Amino acid sequence: VPSKLRTAALPAPSFDLVKHKLGNGLRVVVAPDRSSPVVGIAVYYDVGFRSEPEGRTGFAHLFEHLMFQGSENLEKLEHFRYVQSSGGVFNGSTHLDYTNYFESLPSRAFERGLFLEADRMRSPRITDENMANQIAVVKEEIRVNVMNRPYGGFPWLVLPPVLYDTFPNAHNGYGGFEDLSSASVDDAAEFFNSYYAPANAVLSIAGDVDADAAMDLIESHFGGIKRRKKPVRPDFAEPPLTSERRETVTDALAPMPAIALGYRVPNPGDDLHVYLATVLLAEILSDGDASRLQRGLVQSKRLVTDVSAYLGTFGDPLEERDPTRLNITAHYSDARNTEAVLAGIDVELDRLAQNGTEPGELDRVRTKLAATIFRELDQVLNRSLEFAKFELLFGDAVLITELPKPLAQVSDADIRAAAARLTPSGRAVVELVPGAQA
Amino acid sequence: MTLTVPALAAPTKPKKITASERVLASGLRVVAVRRPSVPMVEVRLRIPFLSARPTHLAHSSLLSDTILTGTANADRTGLAIALQELGGDISVGLDADRLLLSASGLAARLPELLAIYADVLGAASYPADEVAGERERLLERITMARSQPGVIANEALAHRMAPGHPYGQSLPTSESVAATTAAKLRRLHADRVRPDGAVLVIVGEVAPDKALDAAEKALSGWTGSPASAKIPALPELGDLPLLIVDRPGSVQTSLRFGGEALTRSDERYPALQLANLIFGGYFSSRWVENIREDKGYTYSPRSSLDHAALGSSFSASADVATEVTAPAVLETFYELGRMASLPVTDAELESVRQYAIGTLALSTATQAGLASTLSALFGAGLDLGWLADHPARLAEVTVAQVAEVAAEFLAPTKLVGVAVGDASAIAGPLAGIVDVERAGAGADGG
Repeated sequence: VPSKLRTAALPAPSFDLVKHKLGNGLRVVVAPDRSSPVVGIAVYYDVGFRSEPEGRTGFAHLFEHLMFQGSENLEKLEHFRYVQSSGGVFNGSTHLDYTNYFESLPSRAFERGLFLEADRMRSPRITDENMANQIAVVKEEIRVNVMNRPYGGFPWLVLPPVLYDTFPNAHNGYGGFEDLSSASVDDAAEFFNSYYAPANAVLSIAGDVDADAAMDLIESHFGGIKRRKKPVRPDFAEPPLTSERRETVTDALAPMPAIALGYRVPNPGDDLHVYLATVLLAEILSDGDASRLQRGLVQSKRLVTDVSAYLGTFGDPLEERDPTRLNITAHYSDARNTEAVLAGIDVELDRLAQNGTEPGELDRVRTKLAATIFRELDQVLNRSLEFAKFELLFGDAVLITELPKPLAQVSDADIRAAAARLTPSGRAVVELVPGAQA
Repeated sequence: MTLTVPALAAPTKPKKITASERVLASGLRVVAVRRPSVPMVEVRLRIPFLSARPTHLAHSSLLSDTILTGTANADRTGLAIALQELGGDISVGLDADRLLLSASGLAARLPELLAIYADVLGAASYPADEVAGERERLLERITMARSQPGVIANEALAHRMAPGHPYGQSLPTSESVAATTAAKLRRLHADRVRPDGAVLVIVGEVAPDKALDAAEKALSGWTGSPASAKIPALPELGDLPLLIVDRPGSVQTSLRFGGEALTRSDERYPALQLANLIFGGYFSSRWVENIREDKGYTYSPRSSLDHAALGSSFSASADVATEVTAPAVLETFYELGRMASLPVTDAELESVRQYAIGTLALSTATQAGLASTLSALFGAGLDLGWLADHPARLAEVTVAQVAEVAAEFLAPTKLVGVAVGDASAIAGPLAGIVDVERAGAGADGG
């Protein structure tokens, strides 16, 4: 067994970051790296599906599609064509608390990329025809990822309505077909005006640019976009659960049962140290063959086919504000084992709460987590995405590269406390009943 | 006021990739590249694994699930702990051609990471209880996989293209998995997990010569040549009707089309690469702009060229709403037919040329991307020169060359297809526009 290496001594990569705020309130982060002729451009808007209005489920995601349908100076299809014919790739994605748009381009196309993002920040071109087309596309997206697929949307669509009571936290972020079908161009204009103000966004650049030249170009493309009011973000907090909530869903296509547990966790924006203990706890529970749930439930008891513990809706522990959750999911072959699976999870959590970690366990798990972050930051595009996200959610782009330090301060006592908070009375449990013959 | 889209700046010449290489006495080829972007290292070990034995898929699948569950020196937990301490992880990938052991870890810990490789390669023990547990899990995972429409469709297409061939099946049968024992895995490991013919790629914040030394030191005890395996020839593609696989009540139809393609070393390959992109290989392609951005039939239609050891193939896939299945096939054949019979425009060609050159650079811009790219290239018998020269080859492709290969490989009559969906709803409309065949009872493409 190799000798131990403390996380605090890890050779963290460092990136020079330049930050600036334009007159219209747009926050800008530039992280030059001239080693490869590639540049990443990311724009994060501070609105996700948590903020969409009642009766408009799925609208934040539909709107993300509409942002690609043309803008003040660009016809439909031109955005895609300009990025790709420049040798680049693009995408966008909608999350609980933000929506992002991004490109990875050869650096010769840097200014072109700025133009494309500025043009739609200024004024997307949303027509009835494009709206109808993208509603159809989004419905196919939901069919392929949810309705036509066993375990589709499990657990991200079925857990929130059990764990939460208010519409913003509980509703289906992909959207109901009825709501999607009735979305209008007027709704889109209102959504854009409310949430897509420059002051509600972060622009992040990473890669092969000179910081001063980049700032000048950014000013020239984005500086002229009119300042609009930054929307006030409501408090989405809900009181803690007082008793366990249980629900059953039937999946007509699934051949085997599955279970999802959702636990309320501390507010990541409140006390990062406390929250990071839960982040490390999730890794201790299910990362790799030496993790607690893999050893206990998969290898030793052979109760489940697979098990996974992760934070947030989509598995990124640092992409959501309060309230967010820790998920534990498992697939298993015998529906009679549901209670045994739950008991097995409780045993592992209880052992951690009572006895804490094994010698070396905490160090190796945080070494692995730090290494995973370094690896992620190797890609210029990921770097622009992470810096934008951390600037938007934590007001501190560089925090992502400095995480090994606060991670090193998490103690065994912190892990025990984090495990002790995950009690049955603070969780929602959704049992998936298979409807298909195995 | 109308603004003008900024022009592109002058292109930057990509940096040359320099690799250090050594063939060990065992026959293992080791390649190392320095990439000091983050303090990490990526490792890819590619071992040829193609075999015509009927039990090979079951044995190799379970081998890849259990190769990390114990050695003569460490149990499963011990291996996993050792890897985490290096900030590392090893994952095992399998396809019909190769077994791939991929790892990442802190660059400073490369010698220890390679020592774990050596332990697994030389002394994997396939403990009987671990094999029994993983066999159960594999059976359950196969059950779950076979419930996925995408898996059913991909298997049906593979079978349509290469019936009776290892390429024609991607999941083992439950019976063959159930009959796989630890002794059979040990035998397969002894026969095939051998250094002669394998390629080890190391990319990261490492000094290449030191990385080669570390590999030689760690792996010098891993020796031997693989047992000879009969390699079956790839069957010729049949002239077959569209196969309908019934999935009652399905709200979508999973469409898959496939055909033959050129290998990367063929001089006409760059033209076919660009023809595929123009048809459906990127978002700004004809097919995506037609059936998604114009018609709204589907979310993610995409075509691609895939390269296997025995040959390359073209494939196109789209999941479309049940009620528009026939119109979607009609538009697909229209776009394929247009590729095969009419020249592309200069603008279309220029766009895909830049896209192909740009995304090639992106794919090698990270440690992990470069390591995977090099592993695949070396596995196919290509070299760094191929990578360096490919942009220049793409730059020279003409409209006439694209037309020639499109007619030969993308014509609808050159392809086979499958449609996995609600047969009661789609068979009639489909039969109106193409020859169809209904899959027999129990036909799952396997």
